[in-house]
Amino acid sequence: MNNQNSSTPGSTLPKGILEIRNLKKHFEVSKGSFLHAVDGITLSIGKNEVVGLVGESGCGKSTLGRTLVGLYDKSSGEVVYQGEKLPSRYASSDFKKYSREIQMIFQDPYSSLNPRMTVREIIAEGPMIHKLWKSDEVNEKVGFWLKRVGLSADHMSRYAHEFSGGQRQRIGIARALALEPKVIICDEPISALDVSVQAQVVNLLGELKRTMGLTLLFIAHDLSMVRYVSDRMAVMYLGSMVEVGPANEVYFRPLHPYTQSLIASNPEPDPEKERSRTHTVLKGEIPSPINLKPGCRFAGRCPKAMTVCQSVDPVFREVKPGHSTACHLYA
Amino acid sequence: MKNATNHRTKETLLEVSDLRVEFDTYGGIVKAVRGVSFEVARGETLAIVGESGCGKSVTVQSLMGLIPMPPGRITSGFVKLKGQDILGVSLEKANQFRGKEIGMIFQDPMTSLNPTMTVGKQIAETVRVHDGVSADEGRKRAIELLELVQIPEAKSRVDHYPFQFSGGMRQRVMIAMAIACKPSVLIADEPTTALDVTIQAQILRLLRELQRERDMAIILITHDLGVVAQMADKVAVMYAGQIVESGTVDEIFYQSGHPYTLGLRSAMPENDEEKSKVLIPIEGAPPDLFNPPVGCSYFERCPNAMKICGRENPALFNVSSPEHLSRCWLQVPRRAQPGGGGMRKSLRHTLNTADAADAAAETAAEGRVTFFEQPSAPFRGDESGMAP
Repeated sequence: MNNQNSSTPGSTLPKGILEIRNLKKHFEVSKGSFLHAVDGITLSIGKNEVVGLVGESGCGKSTLGRTLVGLYDKSSGEVVYQGEKLPSRYASSDFKKYSREIQMIFQDPYSSLNPRMTVREIIAEGPMIHKLWKSDEVNEKVGFWLKRVGLSADHMSRYAHEFSGGQRQRIGIARALALEPKVIICDEPISALDVSVQAQVVNLLGELKRTMGLTLLFIAHDLSMVRYVSDRMAVMYLGSMVEVGPANEVYFRPLHPYTQSLIASNPEPDPEKERSRTHTVLKGEIPSPINLKPGCRFAGRCPKAMTVCQSVDPVFREVKPGHSTACHLYA
Repeated sequence: MKNATNHRTKETLLEVSDLRVEFDTYGGIVKAVRGVSFEVARGETLAIVGESGCGKSVTVQSLMGLIPMPPGRITSGFVKLKGQDILGVSLEKANQFRGKEIGMIFQDPMTSLNPTMTVGKQIAETVRVHDGVSADEGRKRAIELLELVQIPEAKSRVDHYPFQFSGGMRQRVMIAMAIACKPSVLIADEPTTALDVTIQAQILRLLRELQRERDMAIILITHDLGVVAQMADKVAVMYAGQIVESGTVDEIFYQSGHPYTLGLRSAMPENDEEKSKVLIPIEGAPPDLFNPPVGCSYFERCPNAMKICGRENPALFNVSSPEHLSRCWLQVPRRAQPGGGGMRKSLRHTLNTADAADAAAETAAEGRVTFFEQPSAPFRGDESGMAP
């Protein structure tokens, strides 16, 4: 999955299937006080590309994913899908229109499947609403998608609780795929799974990307897995994008001090590497995203903070071809 | 500190032998822990690794006397702390060593702290019960401990409630409670699983510093092999209620002698820019612990399975050193090959798919037949083996 490289020289923003422009999502927590969950994200996702989105809990990566599929209204900014601007607030007809194209896989395979529906009902619900399937071909189609994700057609009359975590996640994937979408937002699809099962799900997503030409936004906090899965990697901190670039560039040659600390904190399954590594530990914690002060959001924890960082917002700009960051060090 | 040979001569603090734990459930008896043995020495970190439902948490809970009985039952084994048996002692006696000699940190710091008590009172409680100090002295000790675990402004934070702390800070409070009475053994059950990587790095560093200062033994329960590589001196890999491989951290990572350990490694990405590795998942699911298989518990998922594996559960055989043990028939000492070197070679080969055929040929040449007639994996949940 790593071979596709979107960093074509000269074009910072390749024409993407999904163009996110200065997207903001604010929640009003009390009168006049806003939580800036997503605060001005610009990202272009190319066709048949896997973009990995990482960041610590509370950085807004899940909110971004949910805003993209219309589960949250957009506070400002726009999302353009194949040249068409998505509505900032989805009406039910918009869901019907766009959910065929952009689907979502959820983190928790336990709470994201209705316990009172059989697998057949879960998978067929979307296509039946969209009148894609005739009622006499439902069994055949459900069987097809179950086989596609490595389950068996015999499983369609069972309920979600009869399956293991990895199998449930496959059902969630089959449900998303049954509509034959072009884009899938994967919100931590493997975080709840055991190591041996994570590889099953990741390999499946990779295979589907190759064979079905899918575009994936892969949201996760496991840096090693995101590097493995993604063509490009995007790093978020406190609602804003701090770095975007080819996955290997971002992982092995990170530009932003936050990305550097994040990768330095990622323990690797290799005792010799771990022994030789200097454990630079990032101080402090992610501050509250309510009523943010001006200046770089990372300034308070940044080992390289300068005076300018305290007052001026860094501009997100391209530093190396296809590799952008928002940091005054590269201004 | 990480040099494994240093620890061989150290004093053994905790010894667990043939521990077996069962639970009565509606579905029958779950055999959650099936004959686990290990030792931990002073100043040493033992990591117990395994996937959900493998019995790693039940193992350490039984050391602390935290298994609810009924429905739980310890059917055999002993646990010795500094030579004294601590398994199945009276509650009164258990309370003397719990929190005093053995401290424990739990995975979820929110549900394991009392939400209606200030953190200071909770920390002081431990000290007051075990050391019999006054409330004032307890409070003073609580502040010292909060400073020790690097909580800023400890003097005012001591009067705060758990909800006023972030996840990482709560885990620090848990650590302060666990080490309040200077235990010789600290059990950390997935201490960083709920935390972000940068906070995880802070907590792991704190644990290493405390260990160095106090020469404490740490039993670290985790499923994260990265954390193991960073923290452990010794590793025990658990699968379906048994230890399938144990040894020093280097032996487990570089000379592994069990297909399950190798399978876990192959299923994880490696951060090497030059080599692009293909992840190899472990197909199937762990066995049903209501009715554990007669043969090797990994038989159904094992790429190296032989006929004998389905019939008989292997004992722990030596691999590369006297301390490196693997519960696998491939490690049977044979043909006067010290340490079964030939076997390990073929095992390592299977890591690389290109060499799989090679390994198969080698297998055939050794007169062994790969067992293909596996029944299609029956449908069951990952959780079938978990405690109720």
